[in-house]
Amino acid sequence: MPATLAKSGGLFLAMVVALVAMAQAQDSAFAIHMGIMALAALIAAVAVMATSSTTRRLGHDESHYDDAPVRWGVIATTFWGVVGLLAGLFIALQLAYPVLNLGLEYTTFGRLRPLHTSAVIFAFGGNALLCTSFFVVQRSCRARLAFPGLARFVFWGYQLFIVLAATGYVLGVTEGKEYAEPEWYVDLWLTVVWVAYLIVFGGTVLKRREPHIYVANWFYLAFIITVAMLHLVNNLSLPVSLVGAKSYSAFAGVQDALTQWWYGHNAVGFFLTAGFLAMMYYFVPKQAERPVYSYRLSIIHFWSLIFLYIWAGPHHLHYTALPDWAQSLGMVFSIMLWMPSWGGMINGLMTLNGAWDKIRTDPIIRMMVLALAFYGMSTFEGPMMSIKSVNSLSHYTDWTIGHVHSGALGWNGMITFACMYYLAPRLWNRQRLYSLRLINWHFWLATGGIVFYTASMWVAGITQGLMWREYGADGYLVNSFAETVAAIHPMFLLRAFGGLLYLSGALVFAWNIAMTIAGRIRAEAPMTETPYDARADRPLPAPALQPAE
Amino acid sequence: MTDHDKRIDEATGTNLVGHEWDGIEELDTPLPRWWVYIFAGTVVFAAGYVVAFPALPDVAGMTGWSSRGQLDAALKAEAVARAPLLNAIAATPVEALAGNPQLMRSAIEGGNAAFKVNCVQCHGSGAAGSRGYPNLKDDDWLWGGDITSIHTTISHGIRSQSDETRFSQMPAFAEMLQKGQIQQLVSHVRAISGQGKASAAGAALFAENCASCHGEDGKGNREMGAPNLTDGIWLYGGDRASLTQTISKARFGVMPHWAGKLDPVTIKMLAAYVHSLGGGEALPQPQTAAAQPGEPDVRS
Repeated sequence: MPATLAKSGGLFLAMVVALVAMAQAQDSAFAIHMGIMALAALIAAVAVMATSSTTRRLGHDESHYDDAPVRWGVIATTFWGVVGLLAGLFIALQLAYPVLNLGLEYTTFGRLRPLHTSAVIFAFGGNALLCTSFFVVQRSCRARLAFPGLARFVFWGYQLFIVLAATGYVLGVTEGKEYAEPEWYVDLWLTVVWVAYLIVFGGTVLKRREPHIYVANWFYLAFIITVAMLHLVNNLSLPVSLVGAKSYSAFAGVQDALTQWWYGHNAVGFFLTAGFLAMMYYFVPKQAERPVYSYRLSIIHFWSLIFLYIWAGPHHLHYTALPDWAQSLGMVFSIMLWMPSWGGMINGLMTLNGAWDKIRTDPIIRMMVLALAFYGMSTFEGPMMSIKSVNSLSHYTDWTIGHVHSGALGWNGMITFACMYYLAPRLWNRQRLYSLRLINWHFWLATGGIVFYTASMWVAGITQGLMWREYGADGYLVNSFAETVAAIHPMFLLRAFGGLLYLSGALVFAWNIAMTIAGRIRAEAPMTETPYDARADRPLPAPALQPAE
Repeated sequence: MTDHDKRIDEATGTNLVGHEWDGIEELDTPLPRWWVYIFAGTVVFAAGYVVAFPALPDVAGMTGWSSRGQLDAALKAEAVARAPLLNAIAATPVEALAGNPQLMRSAIEGGNAAFKVNCVQCHGSGAAGSRGYPNLKDDDWLWGGDITSIHTTISHGIRSQSDETRFSQMPAFAEMLQKGQIQQLVSHVRAISGQGKASAAGAALFAENCASCHGEDGKGNREMGAPNLTDGIWLYGGDRASLTQTISKARFGVMPHWAGKLDPVTIKMLAAYVHSLGGGEALPQPQTAAAQPGEPDVRS
């Protein structure tokens, strides 16, 4: 087994390199990260040797789909989802009660906030995208996953990226770029993982047994390729030392800001929209057992979406040092984006034509419909908020936070949960989920949570926006910043309550998935309509003659 | 799939396209009309907006609008609207503002706005201060609480870079007294502020070392910014540990000077605002308040 030997030898070498870098490190955070890298390389080397000593069947059974990485992905999605939502609830409470910063640098809002955003977007959402894409590309191409070893590397390499990013935030390692906080060496690692991901996904598409590429795979490909481009350009930076955490961006000033929001907006567009639309395009028709509503719409809205999205980033920089013309372009492209975004919602919702009754009977379909409804709402709200006069009120307020969460909790969260509910019994060969009724609980807890969250943030944002621009009789501003924060304190509490509801729903979800994996089936009345007994549905027979006395 | 396989989906009566992936098929539904019209509408709007507003590098829109232009116009309009008021305040000496209640009210509002931009960072948004930063709402003043004294303090600062700054420096007694003596002084200061029992030794030490600035009775001296030690109001704390630190190492709080950074009218309005917060004092009758020599800001 020279290949195995070479592989594990290479991993040991990587471990040694990481240990040397750790010893030479300029700062403790870099040393800790190199230690984690070394540990990961050691575990990988041991794993490679352990699998080779048994039988290595990877890639040899072309009669079955390769679902092991998908199964791991479902577990990772569930785990990181709970972690990310818990972090979100905690920082929401920090905003309401600053004492929860605990007086420690590691637990301040500034460090836990990127932990929350990255955990939900990249750990929860990213794992959902990874595992569903591996599942969908195999089925829709009717081909087993290409490069199975590389696919495993993608999964575990991505988990390592998450661990490095998360520990970095807590240790204070950051590039200070929203949604792109990890430093240069973590960025390089993610680049390696992402290229491997593209090779696995693209390789599987290339070896497909179907003549055409299904629409879900267009969206997955757009997501993978564009995220690679965004990640590379926005993270161009020069390290201060090759054995230190700190680096400086290749761009400066407003150019850096524009690059950052070109990245940031398209992370929303291609990670959270295109990627999740890909999930929608497979799982909604499968669960509804209906054909996709319109092939033509899927083509038109796909190309218009990816063409227009990439220009819309400057709307994050309205009324800043960015030149007016760039702001205007960002705004008009955002407005033109409205209908291309809605194309996905229409295609998802109208796929239920002929199966609308399933909203009543199938809690997974109900969850998908809710997700599409929130997708539609937030993709209308986004273009509206990009209009400069609206933005001058909404920008820098919690309205933006509410908008993001109606998309993230409503669309990304709910479609992910629905897909996981679809996947779990199939991946582990269970007769059905542990409980369909618990999905109902999850559905209502999550819906209540989203309503509390977005409604309170609308009120908070508009209150704060109006207070910031309130002038007195002589034309002086009336409120100081701290006064506007005090005014929205009750909204912070309601938001945290909404987050608690949503987290509770996610815990119900995690329990349901865990029990399904364990092979348990909850004894419960089936989720059907009110029982109907045709035999009982008739008049009573004529009474027998009664004796008069 | 076969290209001209025109099967019809029964539930919707629509043609199927004919492709199939893992059981998923697609309908050949045309684009919804309303979708096409709204999409076209947004494109037309975008085109119109690009013509009307700046949307290409270095090309002005037909309306001539620019964000800087909009800001300039708003500032100009505001300046024109405020000019009579500001001119009136400029023409009124700060000590005479009180004689014109309407003008005073406007000055207070303007001072309130300026305070929120320039002063809240140290004194807090409610002007209640915090440890090391004086509360401006109470009756206790280190350098004087009439409007002219306040005006001087804001203009020139305390221990600031200004040549005319208010200045004083309390000695660090750790270099001059024994530890035990400092503790006796702490006890004495706590005694005269109603926090403990007096002792003869402490009183003697106080008379010898402190009374020249803080006065025999410890009631302070505004001429040199020496705080009143008997009023129970503390800038750095009245507990034993804080007092020990203050007496041993002294304090040296700095307030920046605002003359030259803010225009004279704004400083005048700030003085009016701070004076209005609750502790403002009347001007001394035979009056000419001016900069006094320095003193310790240290209040403990």
